[in-house]
Amino acid sequence: MDILSSFNYWVVIILMMIGFYIIIANNNLVKKIIGINIFQTSIFIMFISMGKVVDGTAPILNDLNTLYSSPLPHVLILTAIVVGISTTALGLAIIIRIHTAFGTIEDDKIQQEIK
Amino acid sequence: MIISQLPVLQVILPLAAAPLCAILHHRILAWALTLLVSLISLCFSYMLLNQVLIEDTITYAMGGWVAPWGIEYYIDKLTAYMLLIVNGITVLVLLGAREIVESDIASDRIYLFYTAFLLNLTGLLGVITTGDAFNLFVFIEIASLSSYAMISLGRDKRSLYAAFKYLIFGTVGASFILISVGLLYVVTGTLNIADLSQQLTNTENTPTITTAFVFFIIGIGIKAAIFPLHLWLPDAYTYSPSIVSTFLAGTTTKVFIYVLIRFIYSLYGYEFSFFTESFHYLLMLSASGAILYGSYLAIKQDSLKRILAYSSIAQIGYMVLGIALITELGLMASLVHILNHAFIKVGLFLAVTAIIYSYNTDSIEKLAGIAKTSPFIFALFIISGLSLIGAPLTSGFISKWYLIKASLEADYWIFVSIIVISSVMAIIYIGRIIETAYFKPSVKQTATLDLDKKRPYLLFLSLVVISFINIYFGIETSLNVDMASQIANELINK
Repeated sequence: MDILSSFNYWVVIILMMIGFYIIIANNNLVKKIIGINIFQTSIFIMFISMGKVVDGTAPILNDLNTLYSSPLPHVLILTAIVVGISTTALGLAIIIRIHTAFGTIEDDKIQQEIK
Repeated sequence: MIISQLPVLQVILPLAAAPLCAILHHRILAWALTLLVSLISLCFSYMLLNQVLIEDTITYAMGGWVAPWGIEYYIDKLTAYMLLIVNGITVLVLLGAREIVESDIASDRIYLFYTAFLLNLTGLLGVITTGDAFNLFVFIEIASLSSYAMISLGRDKRSLYAAFKYLIFGTVGASFILISVGLLYVVTGTLNIADLSQQLTNTENTPTITTAFVFFIIGIGIKAAIFPLHLWLPDAYTYSPSIVSTFLAGTTTKVFIYVLIRFIYSLYGYEFSFFTESFHYLLMLSASGAILYGSYLAIKQDSLKRILAYSSIAQIGYMVLGIALITELGLMASLVHILNHAFIKVGLFLAVTAIIYSYNTDSIEKLAGIAKTSPFIFALFIISGLSLIGAPLTSGFISKWYLIKASLEADYWIFVSIIVISSVMAIIYIGRIIETAYFKPSVKQTATLDLDKKRPYLLFLSLVVISFINIYFGIETSLNVDMASQIANELINK
């Protein structure tokens, strides 16, 4: 299996690592949320890629096509996107309240203030 | 008629009540509705248990779509056992919650707190009942998102940061679970847990299956705060409103340990989980680390809730240890401890809640000599405390007894000493609180009873009930131990 045949999965791995790195290394809480979004998006791409069947079309029943891609991963990812959006919304709402309470959204400054 | 709908009612009832609670927009009505729903839910789970004891398993096809295509709700003895624990804890926590919530949370947000509480209950009950791997992920996220919201409601501004930290950890954990579900779907083409397990036994072991396993364990490890993935837990328990810490300590981590058991024994089958990967050594290491490290840090804390939080990490270690022994007795000990520890920790947290409510302080140093002014709370604290330590005639003794027995049976002497050492450490950290409250003379900075507040009589009632349960399960063990041994037998010999 050469690299190009699994191109999607390489993108998934790279995106996942970028997202994970941002979550761990970035000091800004909003950027951490962005990191989480990138991380989750990579998983979404993984699911969508899994559903693709080579030469398969959309699962619409007609006489012309017999080979269909699997629609189930798409449905799952629609749900997962909703979950992701709720997480982002809640995270941002908490960040707004952190900003009102602490006056900053930098991780190290908040930790200093807590100590 | 209603019997056949019971599995789905467990989830639908709190889910439907949540928006109703938001519409009611009234703090006392919201509390009453939540309590009513949890009481009905408790009755339903009791009926389910009776049903399961007759029929062995109940399946419910969601919307009439038969598994493996549709979403299936799957109830066996383990499910019914966990449902009963979670619903029981919920009722007891809610019973005493009204006054505490009114003093802990801004009054215009109280109805929203109960909405989040109901959603959390929905998520937890859903995680337990569902027989579909992706549905499991969705319910995990419902439970987690609502708990982030509940934690952030604390009056202490550090609760916001604790909630955010938990959100980051929890979302990474949930994403790992999602990856695992995806990989399993690729290999087997199904999401139904029963079907998955069947397909997995028929397919050859590939790296994809192992990767899915590792992702799932790490994801659920973060959610269940299994050492060393527990970093979110102490802050989340310490700074959140007392009722929230009580509820989370009694239910959330136990439910995720249940998912771990379900995954290891029902989905992968324990031959795969333990024998191909030597995975149990890793779990043993994690469990021993949790028990010693958690107990050690609990000794060093000054805040009551933080002591209990670190002790929770240690107790989760006990449950993991039981699973890691891969014997029927070990699994049984783990299941017994899930029930016993749920009631012990809720008892301790409720007592601490009452102390914080009446004295407005969380710090040990300010408690010197206050047992004289609140002898009742401290007497009940001692009962749950003794149970945590594992004194005979309390439920904690039973769990430790079976854990030690299981360790001996599996020839791991080292765990016996670890359990004994950690019990001594528990004597130290629980003893410190009791010593300060009873024997130290009150000094200038000692907190005084807040006389402006109403006495939380319902909280006292639920404390009494929990103390009674803690002693009852220490003397009459046929109920939980028999049930747990039946479940363990079924899981191992499946």
